[in-house]
Amino acid sequence: MPEPIITKKDVEYVARLARVAVTPDEVEKIQGQLERILGYVSQLKEINTDNVPPTAHPIDVTNVWRDDVASPFPHLKDLFKNAPEMEETFYKVKKVIE
Amino acid sequence: MSLNTLSAKDISDGVKAKKFSAREVAEASLKAIHESNGSLNAYLTVLKETALSAADAVDKKAKEGSPLGRLAGVPVAIKDNMMIRGAKTTCGSKILGDYIAPYDAFVIERLRSADAVFVGKTNMDEFAMGSSTEHSRFGATRNPWNKDCIPGGSSGGSAVAVAARTVPIALGSDTGGSIRQPASLCGVLGMKPTYGRVSRYGLVAFASSLDQIGPFTHTVEDMATTMEVISGKDPRDSTSVDKEVPRFTDEMSQPLKGIRVGIPKEYFVSGLDADVDKAVREAAQVLKILGAELKEVSLPNSAAAVSVYYILAPSEASSNLARFDGMRYGFRNPKATHLIEQYGLNRQDGFGPEVKRRIMIGTYALSSGYYDAYYSKAQKVRTLIKRDFVEAFKEVDVLLTPVSPTPAFKIGEKVDDPLTMYLSDIFTIPCNLAGIPGLSIPCGFSRNKLPIGAQLLGNFFQDGLLLRVANAYLKETKWNEKAPS
Repeated sequence: MPEPIITKKDVEYVARLARVAVTPDEVEKIQGQLERILGYVSQLKEINTDNVPPTAHPIDVTNVWRDDVASPFPHLKDLFKNAPEMEETFYKVKKVIE
Repeated sequence: MSLNTLSAKDISDGVKAKKFSAREVAEASLKAIHESNGSLNAYLTVLKETALSAADAVDKKAKEGSPLGRLAGVPVAIKDNMMIRGAKTTCGSKILGDYIAPYDAFVIERLRSADAVFVGKTNMDEFAMGSSTEHSRFGATRNPWNKDCIPGGSSGGSAVAVAARTVPIALGSDTGGSIRQPASLCGVLGMKPTYGRVSRYGLVAFASSLDQIGPFTHTVEDMATTMEVISGKDPRDSTSVDKEVPRFTDEMSQPLKGIRVGIPKEYFVSGLDADVDKAVREAAQVLKILGAELKEVSLPNSAAAVSVYYILAPSEASSNLARFDGMRYGFRNPKATHLIEQYGLNRQDGFGPEVKRRIMIGTYALSSGYYDAYYSKAQKVRTLIKRDFVEAFKEVDVLLTPVSPTPAFKIGEKVDDPLTMYLSDIFTIPCNLAGIPGLSIPCGFSRNKLPIGAQLLGNFFQDGLLLRVANAYLKETKWNEKAPS
């Protein structure tokens, strides 16, 4: 595991990937906190995991297929009531393609 | 004695025998909420109208002689990350501040058909991320045993709702201890069932491979009944298990004799509060007197659990919380001028600092170049932690450990120190990583008169065995009967 050295640039990059806007003050604060947290979790590199398979899921599960039949959601109007902006049955958002 | 302080069993028996009406029970519960919520802030939404009409419907059924459900007229509180159709579901977040649930969660359907009455939605750390309920956008919840203290978290509101006797049953969710830790700090029972025992349909996802819904109660019998009601296969959660639901209410009454109780030495380490250490060790001695065999065991990889968790849970969260973008629902910032800026501003203002912190940790751990070092490594150590339990359960039937390293701490004490806050979950996290069931039971008080909990851990699908041990212990000690004044 590489020693985590989080730069402000890293924080800005990760924030951009996560689609969270950050102020310069937030970048500063988060940088220190991530550094400390990632420093703590890097203790894992001391543990030998050669030939240990990863666990993605606590119980053994296999893929579950359902019949390919659509079942309409009965409360569409209630869904639309939660929308910030709508036009007819469409969600209205800022222009996607300039 | 007011009706809201009765157990669920006594309430439903009383309603069925027409000793009192479901409406009287609902009114008593609503009154208790009204009187205490100003100082405790356990409830974010009180469902007065719908609760009273649901109670009236139960009374009507009783009058007509129609069969009544197992929780007839029992007031129940629900953590605000589970959907009750038509009720606000905020997850303690501004981004869902006005969100009205368009459908019922599976557990809500089940409780409804058992004739339970939903009286309110409870406060929580935002998106269930926290150990103190201070990370709610709607203010901290307070511990009814000492209002300067936190109630634990993230299901702090549900723990307090039961501890303060506003309801006999509340539901929470547990990803790294979020049911067991607040139960312990508030002096009530709190259960995280085996992963897959209860459907997560209608629970807002935090870390899908760890999340599980479970009850808070003040009696073992109510816990067993609620577990029977909410367990079972649901096709809408493909991780719910198609396995017969045992009669937990029968299983809990089985004798304790011959049960092997393991004491994992890694859970009694420096940093463990002396009062907690003493109370849990005394609990072990009580179990021995009651016929259990005690045995020291080892779970050698326990110390790595917090590290594994704080890679895996934020990674899953960063993916799960990507859906909250203010497009189809949720908070939208009016200042944005274009789409990318819109996402960024919605999420900047919509999420609080702890949620953003975890999204950032998870995004970092999953990002190109770091995946193998963090995410993949953590998944492998998760396997080792799970194997520790598999080995231990070859020697013993249940494990007895502390729940929280300390009793409730002061509000504000750890809120600006994320890593110290994360370490509050050191004894509860391994159970989620392994997927096994865990139950927190009251086992005494600190010298400052704050409740202490003991944790019982069992093998996969041995949820009933935990109830059996808890029942024997609490029948003897009656710690669960203590209520805050």
